[in-house]
Amino acid sequence: MSDLKHHIATAFDRDLEGIQAQILKMGGLVEAAIHDSAKSLETRDEELAEQVRKGDLAIDEMEESLNEEAARVIALRQPAASDLRVVLSVMRMSANLERIGDLSKNMAKRTTVLAQMTQINGSTTALRRMARDVEMMLKDALDAYIKRDEALARDVIERDADVDQMYNTLFREFLTFMLEDPRNITSCMHLHFIAKNIERMGDHVTAIAEQVIFLATGEKPEGVRVKEDRTSSDPALSADL
Amino acid sequence: MYDAPLRKTDVEANEIKISAKDVQVFYGDNHAIKDVSVELQDKTVTAFIGPSGCGKSTFLRCLNRMNDTIDVCRVEGLIALDGEDIYDKRVDPVQLRAKVGMVFQKPNPFPKSIYDNVAYGPRIHGLAKNKAELDDIVEKALRRGAIWNEVKDRLHAPGTGLSGGQQQRLCIARAVATEPEVLLMDEPCSALDPIATAQVEELIDELRTNYSVVIVTHSMQQAARVSQKTAFFHLGNLVEYGETSQIFTNPVDSRTESYITGRIG
Repeated sequence: MSDLKHHIATAFDRDLEGIQAQILKMGGLVEAAIHDSAKSLETRDEELAEQVRKGDLAIDEMEESLNEEAARVIALRQPAASDLRVVLSVMRMSANLERIGDLSKNMAKRTTVLAQMTQINGSTTALRRMARDVEMMLKDALDAYIKRDEALARDVIERDADVDQMYNTLFREFLTFMLEDPRNITSCMHLHFIAKNIERMGDHVTAIAEQVIFLATGEKPEGVRVKEDRTSSDPALSADL
Repeated sequence: MYDAPLRKTDVEANEIKISAKDVQVFYGDNHAIKDVSVELQDKTVTAFIGPSGCGKSTFLRCLNRMNDTIDVCRVEGLIALDGEDIYDKRVDPVQLRAKVGMVFQKPNPFPKSIYDNVAYGPRIHGLAKNKAELDDIVEKALRRGAIWNEVKDRLHAPGTGLSGGQQQRLCIARAVATEPEVLLMDEPCSALDPIATAQVEELIDELRTNYSVVIVTHSMQQAARVSQKTAFFHLGNLVEYGETSQIFTNPVDSRTESYITGRIG
């Protein structure tokens, strides 16, 4: 911890620094997975997609080892207050990162299928832009974690609304394409799943940013976040097409 | 997914048992307790934590005037039990200590039988009219001390022949025999093994239904386990006082945070 003195037991400091270094390393792998899966989708790079799929194993293993390490710290050191929050937040964040990794892997799988089909104009570029936004949110959330920067974490949470908005737009676009030509349905279904996956990634990043606020303040962020993805609740978004 | 809001303990509604206001303690020129004001609740376990020499034991000893026995010790400020000043000239310290019992760090049974250890207080305070009543008081106290079953067949064996953990529970039984209202415990488990410690902690939790318990402990895990309220002392100041769960998960003062996370000793 930057704002407090070191522990009397230096091994405790090493343990806490160890799990925090590991979560940041895991975060780096997940950032790359988002980036590469979106890139492979746009450039139809099946080899890169395959790499993402294979790389997910490393992310899963990191989650497991982080959980074991966190359990060890709890058992042996009985962390309290901010130390306890470090351990708890690392455990929760690793679960979120692992899910983002899975969603990236799923995107990469669909890339392989979509590479065999005709392009739906401009959609993969839009998806890549959306993925890039999420990737930047994750980068900022991890930076906020390192600096215990509550303001930056709040900014990340707010930006998730843009991602939701992009998803709403794509949802309508895909519906339009499918109505125009039923041969588009298969691709559009895959593309829609990808859009939904990226939107879900944004939610996981938001959860990570919330952990940063919890870590920095000891309190859960106040207020209810407005969910901008209204496709499941607003009939107007699906009708009148 | 968050640990906040923290589980609220049910003690907030309890009445104030001991109220201290602007308490200062001096040992000669040494200012050991500085401006301590605190309200301790009835039927609640309050833990005093802090590094050695922070004043927690000194303050505990003020609550039943144990510091009176030290010549160079001077206590200022107001300490009231149920609203009555315990340092008032009309208060008899012996009567006060019957109401505010104390258990010490090392088990210190009298070199007498188990029975006489417990009967000692009730006898000098004249709480029993006859032998049968005294027997009842002793049994009740030993039961409250959670040691009755272990000693009921050898009540006239010497108290010093018991194990450390049993001796400490005997001392607790002795302290509750005079029907005190407050029980002060100065590191009651520091000489006990983990099993005996767990038994004493379980006992403390049971005692809470009848008494206000104040415990000084060096073990922060113990404070976290047994108390509902925690007070953190540092260099003679009461730094922070609040719900135990709040103190251990989200303390307000950075000195509290440093201490409970093992950064200052």
